Amino acid sequence: MPTTLTVNGQTHDIDLPGDVPLLWALRDALNLTGTKYGCGVASCGACTVQIDGQAVRSCQVAIEDVDGEVTTIEGLGTPDALHRLQKAWIDHQVAQCGYCQSGQIMQAAALLAEAPDPTDAQIDAAMSGNLCRCGTYPRIRAAIKSAAKGA
Amino acid sequence: MASIGKIARRTFLFGAVAVVGGAAFGTYVVTKPAPNPLNPQDGALNAFVVINGDGITLIAPRAEMGQGTQTTWAALIAEELDVTLDQVTILHGPPAQAYFNSALMSEALPNKGYDASAFEHSLGEVMGQLGKVFSLQVTGGSTAMKDGFERMRHTGAAAREMLKSAAAKRLDVPARDLTTKAGMVIAPDGTEIAYTDLAAEAVNEKPGKIHLRDRSEWTILGQTQPRFDIPGKSTGTAQFAIDTRLPGMKFAAVRRAPTRAGMRSYDDFEARRAPGVDKVVDLGDGLAVIANNTWTAMKVLESIPVEWEESTHPATTAEMFKAIEDSFLGEQDSQMRDDGDVNKVQNTVHAEYRAPFLAHATMEPMSTTAWFDGTKLRIWTGNQGPTFLRTACADVAGIDEADVEVNVTLMGGGFGRRGEFDYAVIATKVAKAMPGTPINVVWSREEDMTHDFYRPAAIGRFSGAVENGKPVSIDAQIASPAVSAQALERWMGTAPGGPDRAIVDGSFNQPYGVPNYCVTGFATSVTPPVGFWRAVGTSFNGFFHESFMDELAHAAGADPMQMRLDLTRDEWLPAFYCLEAVRDMCNWTGETPEGVGRGLALTYAFGTPVAMVIEVQDQDGAIRLTNAWIAADPGVALDPGNIEAQLTGAMVYGLSAAMGEEITFANGAVEQLNFPDYEPLRMSQMPNTQVTILENQERIGGIGEVATPPAAPALANALFDLTGQRVRELPLNKVFTFAI
Repeated sequence: MPTTLTVNGQTHDIDLPGDVPLLWALRDALNLTGTKYGCGVASCGACTVQIDGQAVRSCQVAIEDVDGEVTTIEGLGTPDALHRLQKAWIDHQVAQCGYCQSGQIMQAAALLAEAPDPTDAQIDAAMSGNLCRCGTYPRIRAAIKSAAKGA
Repeated sequence: MASIGKIARRTFLFGAVAVVGGAAFGTYVVTKPAPNPLNPQDGALNAFVVINGDGITLIAPRAEMGQGTQTTWAALIAEELDVTLDQVTILHGPPAQAYFNSALMSEALPNKGYDASAFEHSLGEVMGQLGKVFSLQVTGGSTAMKDGFERMRHTGAAAREMLKSAAAKRLDVPARDLTTKAGMVIAPDGTEIAYTDLAAEAVNEKPGKIHLRDRSEWTILGQTQPRFDIPGKSTGTAQFAIDTRLPGMKFAAVRRAPTRAGMRSYDDFEARRAPGVDKVVDLGDGLAVIANNTWTAMKVLESIPVEWEESTHPATTAEMFKAIEDSFLGEQDSQMRDDGDVNKVQNTVHAEYRAPFLAHATMEPMSTTAWFDGTKLRIWTGNQGPTFLRTACADVAGIDEADVEVNVTLMGGGFGRRGEFDYAVIATKVAKAMPGTPINVVWSREEDMTHDFYRPAAIGRFSGAVENGKPVSIDAQIASPAVSAQALERWMGTAPGGPDRAIVDGSFNQPYGVPNYCVTGFATSVTPPVGFWRAVGTSFNGFFHESFMDELAHAAGADPMQMRLDLTRDEWLPAFYCLEAVRDMCNWTGETPEGVGRGLALTYAFGTPVAMVIEVQDQDGAIRLTNAWIAADPGVALDPGNIEAQLTGAMVYGLSAAMGEEITFANGAVEQLNFPDYEPLRMSQMPNTQVTILENQERIGGIGEVATPPAAPALANALFDLTGQRVRELPLNKVFTFAI
């Protein structure tokens, strides 16, 4: 039986078994490839999306267990209508390889919803589950702060 | 979803590509120009500049794995072509001999680099031409800017002159009276003609003699440019190989022997019948499952009972280190420095250092999309050496190279791992098992970590002596698996003989004036698969050599900063200036408050000296990295903002390894499977970092890897300063607890 998901405001019937993680439903069934596979065990944060505004690791949530509206990086903003965090990411030239950045931005968006002007400690606490092998952390921090100020 | 329009247009642009890879090389082959892989009828003025009705496209045929190389490569062309970066599209282009790396081969010369004479430098340039003979289209060794710095400005200028020449004919005015600006040729009367309007006529023009502009005239180079790939990477729209989506596509997972050996038997009876599964593919040394989604492919693949063959390399880490130890007893591989006579000095300071095997752990696991229709193969992959990849995939598919289309995508990290093409070959085998269907082949993180080509482990044995507060002797012996021969054998099927520079790189060529100075390399032949890794040999030699310099300073009762300043001043001033800069940035006094430690390292790698100070604090028994200061001199800073990012990032890569990364073996298999077992540095552990870029040295140096080597020794030296404990083995979390 297909599972019904609401993703970025649109409803989809997903014809995959209910235990398939949300990550793979997004990527393989809906072609929403902005959400990345990094580890499959919730230790890198590359697959971070939001469910009802909460940041979650989509590799750990089976589609049958999704109980809210899913927002992915593609739903947060688009190249023509950037979310303020995406704009800050571009202004600060954050990305290097860029593979982790969708997850970083989705995590940061959830942080700003909770703490509109986060301290360094709050940024550390919220963002330390998201790995970046290129070491873009200083620019991520700067981008979050400038997006917060622009709020 | 990759737009079909985009794919079609690239196919059109690069269609009918026939490139001959040189095999034999006489003078003729070395000097004749490589054929242009692009079609002049499409507006290709040369192999790097395409101008037509669609606009202006610049080819940056180097792997974009986060280091910003494609933007700066395009900037080199744009500077002389007189276009702005927001006017152009930047594409990687097809694999081609024309895109050979002219700087990589010269790196193989056994001179120290910083002291190369003009003759040795030009010898290096001649060697570089061999890159063309071997179709050496490789991104690696921090060579892109050395390679492109003159060639790409010439290329841009040549295209500009062809456009001017076409305009001169059309307007019937002398070309010398025409000027160019922002994609236009401008006539004396103010008439402007867009390049896009002139290109069809310009392709038949000859460029004439080229004079490169003086640096004072630069409008793009030397300034921070917005990277073309960053908007896509900030909106989830950037396409990595793993993101390739094609009509009717299937998804596959891969599982090969954890022992890197063959497969004795397997039972896929259940797997073949599992819901969602299309096929189980026997790869010879492993299996792949093709399914209607990646998750199902991975789960079903994992459930197949398989019996693997034993490893051919030693079964445990201890046995591997024993093999490395034993190589000290064998014949020496190299002795690339032997100043004075270390045997005439009574060496009193002795230390042995060890560095482990390391995985690359790129954020995007190995992935390739392959589509085989029975006669032609199309591949989407992120790779640092696409000409070799194309040859290997053509062989496996049993077709001609001309029937293989390789689309090089953005890379979710490379660090040397994507110099290998194993994952594309496997994807080709998978696609061949299901002709007509495009297949997205993705490795699990576990498969990626256990089937890497590891940064070699190494042991360094250092002896030295001090007199009057400074070193008078350094005798270094380093043993490690020979990485270059193994990698070249895989890439080209043959490896040139001779010493492996990587074993001693970062120890034999450091810019210190020490009267008795000998560096000897020993190659270990028994080894698991090893490969290039960000900074390779200089990553472990940096740790060995700069830890030892600190030990010598301690033995001499000298300040580590002042001692290095004294040793570099007469030897090579650019290194001295880096030390001075970092000294002033961190206000180095040689004294630190209770509970704070500072460590210094100076390394010279890939043509660039880098001085780094790391500061640590004891926070209730846990070590926190509080500050980092970096000063580097790449000679010419083509894009300061990007250089700052690369220096910071390369330091993080080195710190991650130094603090907690290690690959170990048991029963012939790698024990680390995923990030929880192989922990990189995280946001909360990131020190405040300040970077200074200097331009004192004469020649342009590398950037992508150069700040990795000093990271581990600067940290280890800081920990010694804090605790008095000298730790000579990485990773440091075997001894110290780091704050998280």
